[in-house]
Amino acid sequence: MAPTILRRGASWFAGLGKENNTGTKLFCISGHVNKPCNVEEEMGIPLRELLEKHAGGVRGGWDNLLAVIPGGSSTPLMPIDVCADITMDFDALRNAGTGLGTAGVIVMDKSTDIVNAIARLSYFYKHESCGQCTPCREGTGWMWRMMERLVRGEAENHEIDTLEQVTRQIEGHTICALGDAAAWPIQGLIKHFRPEIERRIAARHAVDAVAAAE
Amino acid sequence: MPKLTVNDIEVDVEDGSTVLHACEAAGVEIPRFCYHDRLSIAGNCRMCLVDMERAPKPIASCAMPAGDGMVIRTDTDRVKKAREGVMEFLLINHPLDCPICDQGGECDLQDQAMGYGLDGSRFSENKRAVDNKHMGPLISTVMTRCIHCTRCVRFATEVAGVPELGAIGRGETMEITTYLEKTLASELSANVIDLCPVGALTSRPYAFTARPWELNKTESIDVMDAVGSNIRVDARGAQVMRVLPRLNEDVNEEWISDKTRYAIDGLRRQRLDRPYARGRDGKLQPISWDEALQTVAGKLRKAKANRVAAIAGNQCDAESMFALKSLMARLGSPHSDCRQDGAKIGGARSGYLFNSTIAGIDDADALLIVGSNPRLEAAVLNARIRRNWLATQMPIGVIGQDADLTYATQWLGDDATVLDELLAGKHKFAAKLKKAKRPMIILGMGALRRADGAAILGRSRQLAEAFGVVTDKWNGFNILHNAAGRVAGLDMGFVPGRGGMDVAGMAAAAKSGALDVLWSLGADEIDFADFQSSFIIYQGHHGDAGAHHADIVLPGAAYTEKDGIYLNTEGRVQYANRAAFPPGEAREDWAIIRAVSGAIGKSIGMDSLAELRAALCDAVPHFAMPDQIFPAKWAKFGGRAKLAAQPVTNAIDNFYMTCAISRASETMAECRRAQQADVAGTVAAE
Repeated sequence: MAPTILRRGASWFAGLGKENNTGTKLFCISGHVNKPCNVEEEMGIPLRELLEKHAGGVRGGWDNLLAVIPGGSSTPLMPIDVCADITMDFDALRNAGTGLGTAGVIVMDKSTDIVNAIARLSYFYKHESCGQCTPCREGTGWMWRMMERLVRGEAENHEIDTLEQVTRQIEGHTICALGDAAAWPIQGLIKHFRPEIERRIAARHAVDAVAAAE
Repeated sequence: MPKLTVNDIEVDVEDGSTVLHACEAAGVEIPRFCYHDRLSIAGNCRMCLVDMERAPKPIASCAMPAGDGMVIRTDTDRVKKAREGVMEFLLINHPLDCPICDQGGECDLQDQAMGYGLDGSRFSENKRAVDNKHMGPLISTVMTRCIHCTRCVRFATEVAGVPELGAIGRGETMEITTYLEKTLASELSANVIDLCPVGALTSRPYAFTARPWELNKTESIDVMDAVGSNIRVDARGAQVMRVLPRLNEDVNEEWISDKTRYAIDGLRRQRLDRPYARGRDGKLQPISWDEALQTVAGKLRKAKANRVAAIAGNQCDAESMFALKSLMARLGSPHSDCRQDGAKIGGARSGYLFNSTIAGIDDADALLIVGSNPRLEAAVLNARIRRNWLATQMPIGVIGQDADLTYATQWLGDDATVLDELLAGKHKFAAKLKKAKRPMIILGMGALRRADGAAILGRSRQLAEAFGVVTDKWNGFNILHNAAGRVAGLDMGFVPGRGGMDVAGMAAAAKSGALDVLWSLGADEIDFADFQSSFIIYQGHHGDAGAHHADIVLPGAAYTEKDGIYLNTEGRVQYANRAAFPPGEAREDWAIIRAVSGAIGKSIGMDSLAELRAALCDAVPHFAMPDQIFPAKWAKFGGRAKLAAQPVTNAIDNFYMTCAISRASETMAECRRAQQADVAGTVAAE
C-alpha cells in the first residue's frame, strides 16, 4: 500500500473510507465463517459485506450469527441485531459501545456457548496479567473465577452486577491497557447476554432444588 | 516552579515534584502503598489515583510530574470509587489475619482500609496462599499478606545495594522472593520491615512479643556506631522491646543498621546488676554498694596520683566521661584516654571530625577511602555514599582492604605508602582527585590506630591541602569514627594531660609495675593482660572482657538506661533519653563516679545531672547546643614521620559484634552465623 500511496498521493488515500475514518484497514476474520481470512479493505465497510465478500459468509447463513467481536478479543461483542447494519470504522463501532481496535473480527454462530467463550477470554487475560499493578493483578483472577461459575450458573443474580462493577473498578485504573482489555469483553457480555446468564443461574438453581428435595 | 490547583487550593511546588507532592503541599492526604519518598517511583499500587482536568481517566499522582496549570481534584466521586476499588482488590487476597499479625496497630493497609475500604467483602472465591520465604534471622515473612508494592525490592536494590530481592512469576502468581532463599546480605536489611506497608515482612526477633500500643516510646540516639542514628526506643516496663529509626535528614534519614535495631537483646544478657569484688579465690563475689565505694575510695586514696589512670570506652556518654575527667583532675592524675584502640587523633578539631558532615557526602564528586570499610563501620552513612555514586558515578579510591562496599571502587593498594605516591602525583588516581571540584577523603580508624597513624593523618592532611579537599567553601576531610563516645571525649579533652600517658603508655607503665589503679569506664577492647599488676576498676553494664579482668566491678547503665549526650562523627551534639531503668542495683554512670568522689573526700560537686551538664557546657560550650554543626577551623595536625610499608587493615571485620552489648546479643550471633553459613555455601557452590 505504501508505494501506491506514494504514487497516487495522500488525497487519494484519504478519499477512501468515511470522514474521520479514512484509508484502509487490515481485517483478520476468524471464527464461524466459511473462509477465515486476512484482508485489506476500505474503512467503513459494512460488517455484513465484509464477511460475505471475503470470508464466505457466516457458517449456516447470516441468521445463524450469534455475535461478533469486531476489534480483537478485548473489544466488547456485538449481538446480531447490532451487526446487521454496523460499519467497520472507529466512530461507528465506538458509538455501538465497542471498538475497531485491531480489527481482529471474531465471528460466533448460534452453536457458541457465549458465556464460556468470554470466560475463556477472561482466563487468557488473567494468564497474561504481569502482576505489576493492583487492579489487574487481583481483578483478572477474580473476574475469571466468577465467569467460570457463571458458565455453570453457580451464582446468584446479584453477582452479575458485582462482576459488572469489578470490571468498572479495573477499567481505567491500571498502568497499561491490559486491565481495560480484560474488563471490556465481560462488559459486552453482560450488556447483551444478561438474560442468557440469568437463564443458566435459574437452571442451576432448579437442578439444585431438585437435588435438595431428593 | 509549577503552580497547580488542588481542590481549588493553589500551590507552588518545586521543579521535579510530582502531583502527589502538590497534593501534600495543599494539605490533601493521598493514600499510597508503593510510593516512598526515598525510593524510585513504581506507580503500581494505584491507591494514589486522583482526577486531573481534561484527563480521560484518573492519574497516579505519585508518578505524574507536576505541571504548570494542572487542575487536580481528589474529592470527586470518581476518585472515591477508584480508591475503594483498589482497596477492595488489595483486600480480596489478603488474609485479613490482623489479630495474629505483628503489623497490627501500625499497618498501612489496616489504616487505609479504615479510610477507604468497604465494610464488607464481595469476594466469594478461594483466597490466594503464598509460601513463606526465608530471609534470614531478622526478617520474618508471611508472604500471603504481601500486596506486591515492591518497596522491599527497591530498597534492597537501590539503597542497600544488594539486588537479592525480586519478583518471580506474573499476574496473581507473582511472588516477592530472595530467589535463593538466602539471608539478605546487607547491614541495612531490616529496614525492609519498616518499609513493608503490611505484615508480609515483620521483625523476627520481636515476633509476637508486644503490640505497639503497649510500648513506651522514647526518642533517643544510637551508640552502635559513630553515626549517631536517631532512634526511637520502645520499652515495656523495664525491658527494651525494639528500636526503630527516627527521621533525621542530616544523619540517618530514616534508616538504621541491623546492629542498631537488633543488638538490644544483648541488653538483657550478661548484665552487671550489682557490684562485685574479686575475692581471695580469684573469683568475683557480690558486694554491696557501700563496700564497693569504700574499696574503690580506699584504693584511690592510697595510690599516688601519678599511678592512677582512666580509660573511657567506645559507648560512653559525655556526662560520665566528664565526671571521670573531673575526678581524675581532682585526684591530680593526668592519665586519661578515650582512645582504646590507640588512634592517633586529638588536638585540632578539624583533625578528628567528619568535616564535610554526613549530608555533605551528597555533594562530593570524588572520594578516597583510607583504612576504612564504611559499609561495616557506618552502614547508614555508606548508603549515602552509594546514592551519590549511583547518581554521579564519582570515582572512589580505596587504600586498605578491598571489599564490596555496594559501589564500584578502585583499589589503590593496601599499603599506606600509596598516600605518598598520591601526594607526589605519581598515582593514576591522583588525576581523578585533582579534577574533582569537591573531593572527599574518608580516613578510618583502621589507618589511624596504627603506630604510624599520626603520619597517615599528617599525610592525609597534606593530601587534602594539595588536592583541594579543603577550600573556603568545602571541607571534604573526614575522619570516620566507629566509637559513639569518641568525639565527645576528644572535644572535652578526655586525653592525656601534661605528662599524661595514653593507653599504650599506661599499658607499658602497668607492665613495669608503675600503675596502681586503672579505671576502665566501659572500656572492654583494651588488652587487660597488660594491666595484671594494676588494681582494675571496671565500671560498665556488661560482663565482658573488662569485668572479666576487673578487681572490682561497678555496675553502670547501658545507653538506653540513662540520659546522655553523644557527639557523632561529625561532632553533632545529640541528647539521648532514658527509655528504661538499669537492672538491679546498677546505677547511672555519672552518679557512680560522683559517689566515689564523695567517698574519697574529694567531691567533684555536680550533685545532679543538671548540675553536671551545666558544668560540662561551661567547659565545652557547644555541648549545650544540640543538633548543630560547628565547622572546625582548619589547622596543622598529624605527624611527618615515614609511613610504614605494611598493609592497612580495617578496624571492624565482624559487623555484628563490636561492643559489649552486641557481643551479648543472641540475635547478632545468629546473624553472624547466617552470614558465615552463606559465605561457606557460596564457596562450596563455586
